[in-house]
Amino acid sequence: MAIQHGAADVENEQSPSAAPRTPLVELHGLSVQFGRREILRDLTCSLRGRAIGLLGPNGAGKSTLINTLLGFYAPSRGSAQVFGYDIRRETRQIRSLVGYMPENDAFISQMSAVSFVCMMAELSGLPPSTALERAHEALFYVGLAEARYRKLGTYSLGMKQLAKLAQAIVHGPQLLILDEPTNGLDPLARQRMIRMIREIRDGNELRIVLCSHLLRDVEDTCDEVLILKQGRIAHYSNLEAERRANKRFLELETYGANGDFTEAIERLGCECAVTANHMKMILADGIEVRDIYRLAAEREVRIRRLNFRRDTLEDIFMKAMEN
Amino acid sequence: MAVYRRSYASYSGPLTPAWSRCLVLFRYSQRNLFRSKFQTGLFALCFFYPVVCLCAIYLAHNLSFLEVFGGAASRFMVIDSKFFFYFVNVQGVLVFLLTAFTGPGLISPDIANGALPLYFCRPFSRVEYVLGKSSVLAILLSQVTWVPGLVLFAVQAVLAGPAWAWDHLWIAGSLVVSFLLWIVFLSLLAMALSAWVKWRIVAGAILLGVLFFGAGFAQAVNNVMRTQLGDFLNIVYLMATVWTSLFGIEAERAMPVLQAWIAILAYCALCLALLVRKVRAYEVIQ
Repeated sequence: MAIQHGAADVENEQSPSAAPRTPLVELHGLSVQFGRREILRDLTCSLRGRAIGLLGPNGAGKSTLINTLLGFYAPSRGSAQVFGYDIRRETRQIRSLVGYMPENDAFISQMSAVSFVCMMAELSGLPPSTALERAHEALFYVGLAEARYRKLGTYSLGMKQLAKLAQAIVHGPQLLILDEPTNGLDPLARQRMIRMIREIRDGNELRIVLCSHLLRDVEDTCDEVLILKQGRIAHYSNLEAERRANKRFLELETYGANGDFTEAIERLGCECAVTANHMKMILADGIEVRDIYRLAAEREVRIRRLNFRRDTLEDIFMKAMEN
Repeated sequence: MAVYRRSYASYSGPLTPAWSRCLVLFRYSQRNLFRSKFQTGLFALCFFYPVVCLCAIYLAHNLSFLEVFGGAASRFMVIDSKFFFYFVNVQGVLVFLLTAFTGPGLISPDIANGALPLYFCRPFSRVEYVLGKSSVLAILLSQVTWVPGLVLFAVQAVLAGPAWAWDHLWIAGSLVVSFLLWIVFLSLLAMALSAWVKWRIVAGAILLGVLFFGAGFAQAVNNVMRTQLGDFLNIVYLMATVWTSLFGIEAERAMPVLQAWIAILAYCALCLALLVRKVRAYEVIQ
């Protein structure tokens, strides 16, 4: 029997800390139109993160973008590449590298979970014996070990989500696309799902695109975020970089501070704003928090509280929506 | 089996060839086919008439036994094109019933449960999906139609001698073509209904209705409009026209054979178009 080799050989591994250099998704003026409605408009960007969050309000075009990348919808204009493969001409190659967990219910109610996941693995090209082995492994991994012989129709909503995740990872894809993975989950199940996504991400075997309208899900799991609004890119940023940058913003609550302390800080090159016992400052390059502590100690100023004033994803999202 | 490994691992082993993946659907669908006792019984019933025909062929070549029943019996037991034509008709009805119970459950569960995106997000096309699903019906129906038909022809050829076999080789061709046309039509119709009607019982009922009520409706159209155009709505009539011509049976035909062929192929194309329209990961609502 002629055999091909697994997709995992194609892509080299990335170090967990560094953002991968290979572009995961590249969009070049991508537009998608349904009838006269333009759902995605002229999207251009290059996504390189290990875990990329697709954010946006309902109807922003997140799922449409995912479905277009998978070749379910044809672009009306422009082009896109996933792992360098063109979404119009090389759909099969793209699909062989991707695991997809759709937003809505997707299962075959009369099949047991293990048969279902095994069939999906075989459709991805795994030999039957390997597919069965990996189906058991995937179901163990997502926490459905005890229920793996039950029919999917008898599963609860949370279990169905886990079964969808199992079928998405069973064939060992390089890219995992998760469309609203925490939909309908209770808080505990949500936490477990997020933990699992983080584990998969940190395992460094594959890259993740997570589509959600829940900011916390994206913030907890992703290192890059693409925010869509009305089919356009409203914001694209590296959350890690934003977090690092945000560490330069400090909020201080002090006791005994006077003009001398403020002047000393400003002499270091930091910008400073004072209101009563509260100070907000932007640290200058090369200045560390310990320098502030040193100045305070020299002037017998007590620092009661020190916070990094961090832009949350919510702040970033709200700014993007306002723009 | 390494089920104790509870961490994600990528896969870098060998992959099966792309052409073999539609057979995965066949294997998994076939497992569910014989879970119903009724369906299993119906499938077994489909072998009853071939066995009767086999006995008839044997008896036709053992005239000494037939003489016990007098000369009329031996005249009745003539193995010719008409004998195989009747075989096609009887098996045609049985496989239609088999399709009505099997076909509707092929695609409707996938659509009802939203499973199509899971198939098509893999290196697995819509064409392969349709081929995989239709192979379930095609292989099942072949087992009770042209395969036993060819066995009967082979038995008759062995018993009657090579001269008969050579002179009547066209009958084997007619058997295969007649059944293949019927199987293709039934498979496409059953799958199109399965794709468009979510409830398999309703889809089965519509399938039965298309053939049984279609004939009545066609007759009504002919009578009301004083025309013969209604015959195009009568699938049984169209198929009978093709079959009689293939087996060289003399019959009064109001419709030319070519028109019957074209009508059947048009119906197949229509079913295929309906199938293509529905079998997709997500429907685009414009």
